[in-house]
Amino acid sequence: MASDTKHLEITLETQVESVNLAEEMCLRVAEAAGFGEDECYRIGMSVREGVINAFHYGNQECPEKKIHLAVDLTADKMIIHVLDEGAGFKLADVPDPLAEENLLSTSGRGIFLMRAFMDEFNVVPGRTGGAEIVMSKKLPAPGGTSANGQGGQSAAPHQEA
Amino acid sequence: MSLHATHREAGQVTVVELSGRITLGDGSALLRKTIRGLLEDQRKMILLNLADVDYIDSAGIGELVSGFIAVRNQSGELKLLHLTKKVRDLLQITKLFTVFDVFSDEGTALRSFG
Repeated sequence: MASDTKHLEITLETQVESVNLAEEMCLRVAEAAGFGEDECYRIGMSVREGVINAFHYGNQECPEKKIHLAVDLTADKMIIHVLDEGAGFKLADVPDPLAEENLLSTSGRGIFLMRAFMDEFNVVPGRTGGAEIVMSKKLPAPGGTSANGQGGQSAAPHQEA
Repeated sequence: MSLHATHREAGQVTVVELSGRITLGDGSALLRKTIRGLLEDQRKMILLNLADVDYIDSAGIGELVSGFIAVRNQSGELKLLHLTKKVRDLLQITKLFTVFDVFSDEGTALRSFG
């Protein structure tokens, strides 16, 4: 890890309350890092979805398992890691929620939202044997929240299949 | 901010006023309970007013879809009114704008029910 990287790590219980806790923690980091309101919303939502994924799909809501959340602030981006203690999964196996046959599915949109809201997104095998979500957002330019005060990115959501 | 829900009758339609966040846990559970309760009371024409809902996560989206299906399965209709920008953007990128009937005027919404 580069010496100018700031690192924050927390171990969360597998419970619904951890979702709000993780979101609030990362929102504070994002605000301190200079992200505007819209980008903070997207980062908060992505963390939320990452922890929901770990809580529900990864750890299967098993209270004995933990969720590991880490945030790195490097010189140019905020990187978020969400690690569960489940069996892991491959991104290629996740159904496309935009496919006609999945539009009325009552679940399965979390990965899609994280991909849409963050600049980079990946799922890798974690040290626990579970899945580790790694996602990042480029920091706003110094003193450079955009003219609308909403950070350096477009206000429109990124759209990916 | 947790979710609050009240409802009122407008002819054959029940208008559900929601405020707060529809998220995993209490928020999505309250939405489910509210819609299922109306269906049990044979109120099958439902208009959800989301003007004061400023946040929905994937669990909340799932609950909206679940409610839509439950109402449709009982030959009813569930429609949405007054979306905030964030909720509108979410429904657009998830293509659910093509599934739900969405209105910005209550009178128009009420007249649209069959």
